[in-house]
This record gives sequence, structure tokens and C-alpha cells, in this order.
Amino acid sequence: METFLQIYNETYKILLLLVPILVSVALIVWFDRRVWGFVQKRKGPNVVGPFGLFQTLADALKYIFKEIIIPASANKIVFILAPIITMTLALSAWAVIPLSNKMVIADINVGILYIFAISSLSVYGIIMGGWASNSKYPFLGAIRSAAQMVSYEVSIGIIIINVLLCVGSLNLKDIVMAQQNLWFVVPLFPMFIVFFISALAETNRPPFDLPEAEAELVAGYQTEYSGMMYAMFWLGEYANILLLCALGSILFLGGWLSPVDIYPLNAIPGIFWMIFKILILFFMFALIKAIVPRYRYDQLMRLGWKIFLPFSLIYVVLTASFLVYFDLLPK
Amino acid sequence: MKLNRFFKIIFLSEFIKGIFIAIKEIFSKKKTINYPFEKGKISPRFRGEHALRRYPNGEERCIACKLCEAVCPAQAITIENEERSDGSRKTTRYDIDMLKCIYCGLCEESCPVDAIVQGPNFEFSTETREELYYNKEKLLENGDRWESVLAENIKLDKPYR
Repeated sequence: METFLQIYNETYKILLLLVPILVSVALIVWFDRRVWGFVQKRKGPNVVGPFGLFQTLADALKYIFKEIIIPASANKIVFILAPIITMTLALSAWAVIPLSNKMVIADINVGILYIFAISSLSVYGIIMGGWASNSKYPFLGAIRSAAQMVSYEVSIGIIIINVLLCVGSLNLKDIVMAQQNLWFVVPLFPMFIVFFISALAETNRPPFDLPEAEAELVAGYQTEYSGMMYAMFWLGEYANILLLCALGSILFLGGWLSPVDIYPLNAIPGIFWMIFKILILFFMFALIKAIVPRYRYDQLMRLGWKIFLPFSLIYVVLTASFLVYFDLLPK
Repeated sequence: MKLNRFFKIIFLSEFIKGIFIAIKEIFSKKKTINYPFEKGKISPRFRGEHALRRYPNGEERCIACKLCEAVCPAQAITIENEERSDGSRKTTRYDIDMLKCIYCGLCEESCPVDAIVQGPNFEFSTETREELYYNKEKLLENGDRWESVLAENIKLDKPYR
């Protein structure tokens, strides 16, 4: 009875997180398209529902009723597994994200490492999808994607080290609480920019959307997918984007803390600040998508390995020496 | 010069400029026309769906001179004619294959009595091919439906003919 109650409780908590995330993924896709359209002097989706809010819902319905085509020469099991893995991993990383002081499913001590491990794994979904399709464009797209995600994960890892040096804990709540006096975006501003650009590359967003560069690779690793399986890739991708926006706001923008600790601002519940910050970061994602042309592949790799990696390493040394010299190291 | 470029890259100045332009564009007026609800402006010379016109007294304008049939580069027009009891020459058959038609407007230009014209209507897609083989009744019906617009358009275009 005891275990049953616990399982019930946990499932309840997980659903309470997952359903809002899936709904917000739908809304964020709408928001993305809308911003993209507005920058280009278009209106974007505005027909289905008020302001076109239900457009994603309509798209999802369309995907559900579409036929799932599995190519004859594809490896069936891996082919079906790939989108499932992508989406599961993208959603499971949300378990440790604290949306406010109390709202977190798993308050573990190595939260940031957990997120990092999960987002490293998400490259498997893409590789499996590309390989199992047994077709040239998906394969090339998957190779590109794997190389890109691995190289930018390295620089993201080092950027996170910067933050961790200032915090002294791997727990995401502690990271937020360490920013009570000063958000890390102020002392670590260059790292925030590098983190943001690496996040774009990590989630295959433009200008780094080379794995699905439609001019060269049709749709990259998603080429052979159709119907709900395609939609799952797509959901996973946007859940990942939201995750990195959330991570960015926890690491640099003070998570659920209000900008200034004065009365009317700190009375607003933390979750609103968190959502607001995620939205601001996502708005930047959407703007960048609208204004920047796609990078060439060698430029992308050069940026990752020759600029971001050395730059963030130097910054780690700078941060560490600064902290030691002024005796600011967290106890 | 090189240093200038270096600083430009380091401080992402062009990206920041781009972001500001993008934000400005977000608040600008949108160019989109919500198509089925609002439509763009169409020139009086627009070459859309064909129509056969009538005189105000209800008599068909077409005199079966077959100039349009002869000039049609896609050979989409088929005309057969007969002498009527009052001695005038009228068509018994006037078919346009809208699938062959290339909407060049030569039939309209060649017509000496402004009978065959191309109206402002471009929303006549159908579900079968057969519906797009227009016959005389269909064309005359088009003429009756669009007559006011057609007459206005011809009047507006007159000085340039």
C-alpha cells in the first residue's frame, strides 16, 4: 500500500510537470513562428483559434492522422526507437529543473551533471534516426548533427564550470540561491553570450541548423520520418530548446529570483519570473532564427573548437584566479 | 582596418544591429493580406476568367468572325456558326478549353466588338477537368454575372487601346 501510494504520488507529480511542458512546447512553436513572421513583415499563423494559438494543436492532429511510413530498407526497430528516445530524453531532463523554490521533482545534488548527461545522450536519437533510415541525406544529417552537438557540448561544459566555480555546488537550487545578490550574467557576461550561441548550436537552431539544412540535405535526419514519428522528433527538439532556455536562466539569470529584492517585485511568485526569463531567452532564439543566415559547416566547427573552447578555458582560468585572489571562493 | 574588423567580430556588433532592426520590424505594419477575407487590388487589365458579353438589349455581341479562334496561340477556342433567321451571323458553339488557355489576352485584343473578354475573376478552380471545358452558356453566364465590372474595366482601359 505504501509503495502504491508513493508511485501514485510520483506519477501525479510527473504528469503535473509533463503536461504543462507539452502544452508550452505547443505554445512556444506558435510563438516562434509568429516572431519569425513578424520580423519578416508577415503575420504568421493567425487563423486557428484566437491569434492562431491553436495552430500547433491543429498541426499535431494532422500528424496523428497521417500514415507512418517505414522505408523498406530501414532497420525497423532502431527506426521506431529513435524518435521515442529523442522525446523521452528531452522530457526526462526536466525532472531536475527547479521552476521555483519548491517546484522540482528530483532535487538531486548533481542536477547539473544529470542535465548534461541527458543532453549528451540526446545525440543518440538523432544518430539512430539517421542511420536506421538507410538513406543518404538522413545519414549525412545525422553525422553533421552528432559532430556539431559533441563539439558544442564541450564548450557548454566549460562554461558551466565557470558558474560552478562561483557557486560551489552542483545542485540547481543552490546555483539559483547563490545569485541572490548578483546574477551571474553580470560577472560572467561573455560566458553568457557564448552559452547562448552554444545553446543555439546544441539544439540545432538556426544559424546552426546544418543537420536539417533544407537546401542541401532535404530535412537531414528527419527526411524519412512521417506522421507522429516526425512530430515526436519535433516535440523533442522544442522541449530541448525550452530546456536550454531554462538552464540559461538558472545558470545566468537567477532562475526564479526577482531582478531586485524589493517589495512589489519579490511578491510575485517565483514561477512567473522563471517563465518570464525562459520566454525572454526563447524570444532571443526566435529573433536570431529570423535574422541570421546559416553557417557553413567548417565555419561552425571553427567557431566551436578554435574560438569558443579556448575562450571559455581562458575565462575559467580568469574566474578561478579572481576568486582565489580576492578570497571569494564559496565555502 | 583589421583591428576594426576584429572588434566588430568580438563584440558581435553586426548581430546586435540586426537584432535591433528585427525588433523594429516586429512593430512595423504587416504586408500580409488575409487572402480569402481580404483580396489584393487587381488592375483593370487583369486577364482572368473569360466571359462573353451581351448588348444592353440582351443580344449577344459575338458576330462569329473567328478572329479569336485564329489568333489563339494555344488553340483553346472552338467556334461554329450559322446564319440566323433575321440574317445575322451568330455562333452556335463557342468553346474555350480553360486548361489549354495560357491567359495571354490575345482573344480579348482581337475582338472587334468587345464580345470575348477576360474578367477580374481568378477563383474558378474546379475538382474535375470536365468543368473547365467552358461552353457558350457558361461564358455568357459569366458575362452576365460580371457585366458591371467588365464594362467599367473596358472604359478605364479605353484611352490606352
